[in-house]
Amino acid sequence: MSNVTISRRTVLAGSALLLASTALPTIGWAQTPKKGGRLVVAADSEPRNLNPAIVASNGVFFISSKIVETLAEASFDGKDGLDPRLATSWEGAADGLSVTFKLREGVKWHDGKPFTSADVAFSALQIWKPLQNLGRTVFKDLEAVDTPDELTAVFKFAKPTPFQLIRNALPALSSVVPKHIYETGKIDENPANNAPVGTGPFKFVEHKSGEYYRLEKNADYWVKNQPYLDEIIYQVLPDRTSAASALEAEEIQLAAFSAVPLADLDRISKVPGLKVVTKGYEGLTYQLVVEINHRRRELADLKVRQAIVHAIDKDFVVKTVFLGYAATATGPVPKNDPQFYTADVPTYAFDVAKANALLDEAGYNKGDDGKRFSLKLLPAPYFNETKQFGDYLRQALAAIGIDAQLVNNDSAAHIKAVYTDHAFDLAVGPPVFRGDPAISTTILVQSGIPDGVPFSNQGGYKNDELDALIAKASETLDPAARTELYREFQRQVATDLPLINVAEWSFISVIKDTVANVANNPRWAVSNWADTWLET
Amino acid sequence: MTRALILLRRRLIGSVFVLLIVVIGTFLLLEAAPGDAVDAYIVSTGGDAGMIELLRHRWGLDQSALTRLANYLWALLHLDLGQSVTFSGPIRDVILERLPNTLLLMGSATALSFGLGSALGIYAGARPGSFRDRFLSIGSLALYAVPGFWLALVLIIIFAVDLRWFPIGGIESIASGKTGLDRAADIARHLILPVSALGFIYLALYLRMMRAGMAEVWRQDFVLAARAKGLSRRRIVLAHVARNALLPLVTMLGLQSAQMLGGSVVIESVFSVPGLGRLAQEAVAARDTPLLLGIILVSAVLVIAINLLVDIAYAFLDPRVGASEASA
Repeated sequence: MSNVTISRRTVLAGSALLLASTALPTIGWAQTPKKGGRLVVAADSEPRNLNPAIVASNGVFFISSKIVETLAEASFDGKDGLDPRLATSWEGAADGLSVTFKLREGVKWHDGKPFTSADVAFSALQIWKPLQNLGRTVFKDLEAVDTPDELTAVFKFAKPTPFQLIRNALPALSSVVPKHIYETGKIDENPANNAPVGTGPFKFVEHKSGEYYRLEKNADYWVKNQPYLDEIIYQVLPDRTSAASALEAEEIQLAAFSAVPLADLDRISKVPGLKVVTKGYEGLTYQLVVEINHRRRELADLKVRQAIVHAIDKDFVVKTVFLGYAATATGPVPKNDPQFYTADVPTYAFDVAKANALLDEAGYNKGDDGKRFSLKLLPAPYFNETKQFGDYLRQALAAIGIDAQLVNNDSAAHIKAVYTDHAFDLAVGPPVFRGDPAISTTILVQSGIPDGVPFSNQGGYKNDELDALIAKASETLDPAARTELYREFQRQVATDLPLINVAEWSFISVIKDTVANVANNPRWAVSNWADTWLET
Repeated sequence: MTRALILLRRRLIGSVFVLLIVVIGTFLLLEAAPGDAVDAYIVSTGGDAGMIELLRHRWGLDQSALTRLANYLWALLHLDLGQSVTFSGPIRDVILERLPNTLLLMGSATALSFGLGSALGIYAGARPGSFRDRFLSIGSLALYAVPGFWLALVLIIIFAVDLRWFPIGGIESIASGKTGLDRAADIARHLILPVSALGFIYLALYLRMMRAGMAEVWRQDFVLAARAKGLSRRRIVLAHVARNALLPLVTMLGLQSAQMLGGSVVIESVFSVPGLGRLAQEAVAARDTPLLLGIILVSAVLVIAINLLVDIAYAFLDPRVGASEASA
């Protein structure tokens, strides 16, 4: 699978340039960006709160990351996988009790006021720690933020906190909002939550509910000559098929986050002027996971869980459900993670005979009807692929004598059934890996989580050894030692199977080939697009 | 006029009860659906126990269903539709923003299906059993059998993607700065495909009703009398046959308004029209009970009002009906 499909048009443009280069030796491959133009993008949802400091989610970032910036952004080639944004440098103390950020000079908020360390301190203490969905966990021990001068912010932690974790959390968790706008009144009722004010390359102009969001260029942006675009429009297209039609009709130029369904990609990649891009989502990996309710007697038996893994043909799932746009998984950390992933874990080949033997061994013999026992299977409805995998899993389980009954719910009902009522035996879920296992991965298997917390271990699984390992990793400061602990974590999860990791996938963009500088960082769709420009 | 007034008063009293039943019924239905607004919200955000508790408290979902229903009805008594949790704003504003789009879509589609449907019905019914009659009857039936979303998608592929005569969706060009007539023309251009998709499906209903009604009237004695008088065929068709067959269609118009609202949910989604139907769908997915109740209330009022208008029109069109209603 190639990463970027080269369209006919780029090839032609390239050969034209080669011809020209004999006459004009100064022209190279890097074209000079053109200024101006309106980029129209498909949006499939309208978040109720656009403040990324409160709601750290891809749906919010997709729009607000152009307006509100973080301290650092993910990068393909930067040190530790980061590119500086509002912070120019960051350093963790050896005792893990503080992290010092040097901030960028000469940055202004969209209303003209200067950006200072007070804004960072305010955002961290008043928003990330108490209000943010992810920050409440990562910054739970943040005690104070000292601001010795306007461009220095020193985060003080009550307990040693791994610098590696803070660093990995920067791209998603560190959106800085202006103190002067948020310090009066209730933060979660501030009108700026729906009309964000930031330091980013684009300013929020308007949102017409059900129609569009409009952002316009910030002429005072701190990167000279950027942004290149005059305007970004997010056109709300709620129907699954409309993004593809809108691209073909040239009404929009970009559909990110797989707004064009996988099944349509083959056809649309043949449309002249459109290209299918799989790069630019490396930092946003979703994991296809079978969640297991260990309260169910049969499923509490390791042999049964092993049998289920052996019954799943992961290659088939990748080929059929994801049409090749995915990778098979070995454990709770995705293969494309550069820091933590290890392949050194127990693996389970697709082997129906072995699965049947394991179930026989466990004492669950087939009845007269060929069935061993019945299960309730709840596929999460958020993605086509999770639903389709549910259908596949039902058949795969039938092959080993387990009768799985599919229960299809809408999103709200699914969340309630699985994470609050525990009314499931198996569920199919798509948890997100966010660059560090401590952000949203260990919670999937850790015990002692209150009922009702979504995307966490609600299957009643309890493994003291694994809990101790997770606790130890959370306070280990040395990055190498911490990484090794998370490798051990992957081994233990793959051995004891509190859940089953089947595949890993990310999104696809379909982009008009006149849009330049796309997919140039691992979180491109949710980055600031300051360097994106339009050929005319 | 008094006839209409009596009708109006009686209908209004009945309507209040209808609305009350609609509100309580919808509330209970949504209450029975698993998951609440917070569950729907955390699908896209996640969050820990403390945050979830905070949200439930803030959105008033930690109160019992009965308390919430009582609070809602009390506020409703003061004509307050409440606050939407998904739109973080007053529901009245959210609905008022979307209502005109739906009315425009529904009104145009109704006009299209009623106007064109009855015209074609007259054309077909003028000569029952003729080739054009059979052709139109079968053709319209085929159209009626087509699912709305499919017709919509076909229209998009042909007229928006391939021919590019019309935009694929939306209600008007984005931030175009158009005003006055330019803007009206722009909106009309955006509405042509959705109105066709919605209108053509119901067209068959009026066509067939008209045709069937006329086929019956042709057999009546007064048609024979008209013929004997030596009236032209054209005059018999229009003034005698069609006019008498028209009355049931007017009743249908009222009944259809509710169905049109339902049909607009699909059409609004496919064509990305920011209307009430799409809003209702979003409200259900988000378990935004007050918003859905607001939409249902407004829709119910709309349907009741349309039927009232139809009845009043009926009273004028057919004196016999009005007289019996008034004396009853």
